[in-house]
Amino acid sequence: MTRALINVPAKARRGQIIAIKTLISHTMETGFRYTTTGERRPRNIIHTFVATYNGEEIFRAEFHPAMSANPFLTFHTVATESGTIAFRWTGDNGFSAIEQAKITVE
Amino acid sequence: MNQPETTRREVLFAGTLMLAGVAVPVVVRPARATPAAMKAEIAKLVGEATVTQSKVKLDIPPLVENGNTVPCTVSVESAMTPADHVKAIHVFNEKNPQPNVISCYFGPRAGRATVATRIRLTDTQNVVAIAELSDGSFWSASVEVIITLGACLEDNLI
Repeated sequence: MTRALINVPAKARRGQIIAIKTLISHTMETGFRYTTTGERRPRNIIHTFVATYNGEEIFRAEFHPAMSANPFLTFHTVATESGTIAFRWTGDNGFSAIEQAKITVE
Repeated sequence: MNQPETTRREVLFAGTLMLAGVAVPVVVRPARATPAAMKAEIAKLVGEATVTQSKVKLDIPPLVENGNTVPCTVSVESAMTPADHVKAIHVFNEKNPQPNVISCYFGPRAGRATVATRIRLTDTQNVVAIAELSDGSFWSASVEVIITLGACLEDNLI
């Protein structure tokens, strides 16, 4: 069960720059750790994050194993119109999570 | 501690294996990136272009207790207009197993070229942020971070 926390302001003025914060629960196993019996623990990370605003991409990030567990991101966008901001995380072993937030622009 | 230490059960298990004549594999530390590996990775990104140390602000605490979560903020001075904006921000390190940390891609709709995240650092080292602008120029900032407890040390045996 994946848990994600999203912080998007519910209301904004047209043209205002808004901050978006996202946090998702994920171990981000680096692939550089070993078990007590000496086996390498396979890499299991989120490698791509994409944010779209009414379907148009506004931000994309590629993660490497040097990202902390439970990846946290803060980024900005210009509030252009009311609608939906959607977030998609994709990772190893077919991991995928989608969240969305509504925003009203006045 | 969320990472359990080596338990009595695990020690006994390894001992039993040795008694049974099974070779207990030696845990080898993963190979590390080096400053040279980081430079090579940066060269792969920028190609022939020159990287100027300016415009980029890399905000990391200079002294970090826990390398597993190091807060890291990169901001670039830019008007973020369609004609002149930051296309990408990349973060690199010198001593983790791999030199890459994160790559972020922006457009003029970002409004502000700033990204904040949390990263893992295995040792005291330099962290480099590189910004790629829409005109094809590259700008950078570098910070030395002192780590008292690295991200990989306590995790070698789990």
